[in-house]
Amino acid sequence: MKIMFPFAAIVGQDQMKLALSIAAVDPSIGGVLVFGDRGTGKSTAVRALAAVLPDIETADCPYRCDPARPDEGCELCRSRAESATPQKTETLRVPVVDLPLGATEDRIAGSLDLERALSAGEKRFEPGLLAKAHRGFLYIDEINLLEDHLVDLLLDVAASGENVVEREGLSVRHPARFVLIGSGNPEEGELRPQLLDRFGLSVEVTTPQELATRIQVVKRRDAFERDPAGFLAEYEAANAEVRDSILAARRRLGHVAVPDETLEKAAQLSIRLGTDGLRGELTLMRAARALAALRGDAVVGWSHLAALAPLALSHRLRRDPLDEAGSATRVERAVGELAAA
Amino acid sequence: MTPGRPEAANDARLPARDLGEAAALWREAMRAVAVFAVDPGIGLRLAARAGPVRAAALEAMRALLPQDAPCRKMPAGIAEAALLGGLDLAASLESGQPVLENGLLAGADGGVLIAAMAERMTLEAAGLVALALDRGQLSIERDGISRQMPTRIGVVALDEGMEPDEAPPESLCERLGLWISLDGADPRGEPDGGLGTETVALARRHLPSVRPDDGAIETICQAAMAFGIVSLRVPHLAIRAACASAALADRPRPSAEDVEMAIRLVLLPRAVTMPSMPETEDDARDEPEDSFQDDEQASGPDAPPPEPNPEPPCDRPEIEPPQDMTVEAAAASLPADLLATLAAMARPPLARSGAGRSGAFANRARRGRVVGTRPGDPRRDRLDLLATLRTAAPWQAIRRTERCGRTPGVAPRLLEMRLSDIRVRRHRGKVETATIFAVDASGSAALARLAEAKGAVERILAECYVRRDRVALVAFRGTRADVLLTETKSLTRAKRSLAALPAGGGTPLASGILAALDLARSSAREGRTPLIALLTDGRANIDRGGAAGRPPAMSDAKEAARAVRAGGIAALVIDLSQRPSPEARQIAAAMGATYLALPRADSRALSNAVAAAPRGGDAGRASRP
Repeated sequence: MKIMFPFAAIVGQDQMKLALSIAAVDPSIGGVLVFGDRGTGKSTAVRALAAVLPDIETADCPYRCDPARPDEGCELCRSRAESATPQKTETLRVPVVDLPLGATEDRIAGSLDLERALSAGEKRFEPGLLAKAHRGFLYIDEINLLEDHLVDLLLDVAASGENVVEREGLSVRHPARFVLIGSGNPEEGELRPQLLDRFGLSVEVTTPQELATRIQVVKRRDAFERDPAGFLAEYEAANAEVRDSILAARRRLGHVAVPDETLEKAAQLSIRLGTDGLRGELTLMRAARALAALRGDAVVGWSHLAALAPLALSHRLRRDPLDEAGSATRVERAVGELAAA
Repeated sequence: MTPGRPEAANDARLPARDLGEAAALWREAMRAVAVFAVDPGIGLRLAARAGPVRAAALEAMRALLPQDAPCRKMPAGIAEAALLGGLDLAASLESGQPVLENGLLAGADGGVLIAAMAERMTLEAAGLVALALDRGQLSIERDGISRQMPTRIGVVALDEGMEPDEAPPESLCERLGLWISLDGADPRGEPDGGLGTETVALARRHLPSVRPDDGAIETICQAAMAFGIVSLRVPHLAIRAACASAALADRPRPSAEDVEMAIRLVLLPRAVTMPSMPETEDDARDEPEDSFQDDEQASGPDAPPPEPNPEPPCDRPEIEPPQDMTVEAAAASLPADLLATLAAMARPPLARSGAGRSGAFANRARRGRVVGTRPGDPRRDRLDLLATLRTAAPWQAIRRTERCGRTPGVAPRLLEMRLSDIRVRRHRGKVETATIFAVDASGSAALARLAEAKGAVERILAECYVRRDRVALVAFRGTRADVLLTETKSLTRAKRSLAALPAGGGTPLASGILAALDLARSSAREGRTPLIALLTDGRANIDRGGAAGRPPAMSDAKEAARAVRAGGIAALVIDLSQRPSPEARQIAAAMGATYLALPRADSRALSNAVAAAPRGGDAGRASRP
């Protein structure tokens, strides 16, 4: 397996790291979109994420279902649960699956097992990338270059948590719950507004402007490429710390209280910004709760909302025609106004 | 960036150049080639027209690479399947096993990929090459095959772009460290000056032990920042280049000379800003940096002026603040249905010529470049036979058994096809339209109405965005027209260009129309449907040649307008003058364009906008109190 740049060694880019950590704590947040300049470490951060995620326990089935939740599992797991068949479990790394540009629909959704079909004339389903990403992350770099029909497919499955393949007597339905992470460079074309809204959080990354930070980024990259294993070992402890904090936050998540007052604030913020629909508010709440859990706070308060409003809301604003860079600013302004009110 | 055209390497000009200079340029190029050969991962962008000089450079490069390293050529119009590989249909059917046909990227593993005519490479192809470069391996998920292929490749992009806006995709350029131009270089003055194969092979072995010290890293990062280079990949590539250069000289760490070379070959060609004024903050650190710069300027004649501005620096187009007055965009009160009108007007240019076609949609759907396949109906789209067979192939055995099982005695068919196997070609530009704005930024138009014009353009841009149209922007003023933005889907770039639109001077209307027409034609050639939106007061006073004079200017403008009509390009004229003018109307008539008078915007909004103008550049923020 290729060694990935350690997550803890990424210099700066706090918003991006925060968004990814929150998605790791609560995958129901609905995906993260990272847009920004080239060479800012977007892909590095996403690919580094795998190493800081706590391992998962999996059932002995093709989709690595969660043995603790058989009702959400695949057919095999459900039937096993009904008949109370004991089964083996395994501990595995959380999958972070790269969806390469140029992947075809059949490989994404899964299709006929070619080898069986060709050699034995047997009809059998070969799970695709969506199955591989189940319970993990699916990463699409340059998402703005991905063909529209594939983006639609991915968002559909991400929303429903289930992949359905129907083709010539091959009828398969399997769970596919994953966090979709997209990244891209807005200079190469933007995502349709309808798609933007489907992502839970969005982050805009920029290159650090301070020379010292830039030097540090380049130095670490150089050190990593020179000796990946050694560099990784250096940051193993720091990576473990991130992993522990995510694990702890997950445990706390269910106990974090969301007072009505905070809900009201979130609603006011959304109204003030004129975001369409309730998705924004809902995501803001969930993300704020995850942040509280990460910080070890028992109650979600204004500070959590204020910190996450730009991430959860800025991509849902109605377009002020060309005010692309300004949407985060608009959210911040609304947050400021509401805090003062 | 019209003034920044690469100097043509006309042979006529060559004798005028000093032969010594030509040889020095060649030497510099060979230096870059040697650095690349030591560490191909750095990447090389080679700007040169096809010809003996480029052939000599490539030959020299091949000689320096390891004997057994593959050296693959990547044609400009390469299909995704050829890059990535896929199911080898013949071999799979024969062996009864899925056989993977290696794509070009995997095939070049451990060697070099030479991208011919890289300025024509598609974004998709560039994205795949970039992924291969970033990860050193590629996951193939196609045709039912899932595999990891190593792709440790070095990429050489042969950039033959002649126009400033013809450049390889930015996603690729950014990942290629060395940028050199062979323009004006001549190998004849330097019969045998290059580094030998032996030296390079030794350097390759020596490379892993070369370590950059902190000073070198800092200097390079500082220089990158001073040149306005945003990406952090670039300084990293420069450091690799410095290390490779050190390895060539058998040094344990890059010397000042190596660092300087890396700055010259990697950073300088991408400079967006030239650090002309001294940095205010740094005191001690200024020195090394300045000395590099001085060196650079001093060595000006023999360093390649690496394409003064071969292309608009894509990261930050038009970063310099406009020296002229920048008028703030104001909200324009366009009729709400204008956009609907615009959309309806966008017709494929050929449809106007009256050729009997079955309809604009079907017509467009079959045009443009083939970018892939998808399930579909061959009656509407063109059948992709190979892809269809490939889809059907694995099912053959199953279907045969099924058919024979159902009705015994039935002879199996040679080929069992189902409707669901059918694959049709997917074309780029199926419903894509391009709106080309030609904005009159002359003094006469500017003071009164330019703000409103900008507002109008912004409104239309927002609509284009929703429809995923492409937009381009031409501005004309003074004596000429400038293409401020070539066709893009990026609102961000359109916004930046628009915000920095300077105003003042004469009205070279003819040049403006012709520049827009050029863009429209090339857009149509690529299968899109262009529409020219001309915003002007119609009062032309500069003719095509740039000379002042109202009558010739008007007649040139009308002639240009007629060319638009003759080209069958849909057009729209928005009159910017205080009250509807006969001139603009005449131009519209000559173009065969729809004419619209821009309704007067709220005057207070306008004055507010003008008051905020000194803040310049940032339209979005300044328009708010």
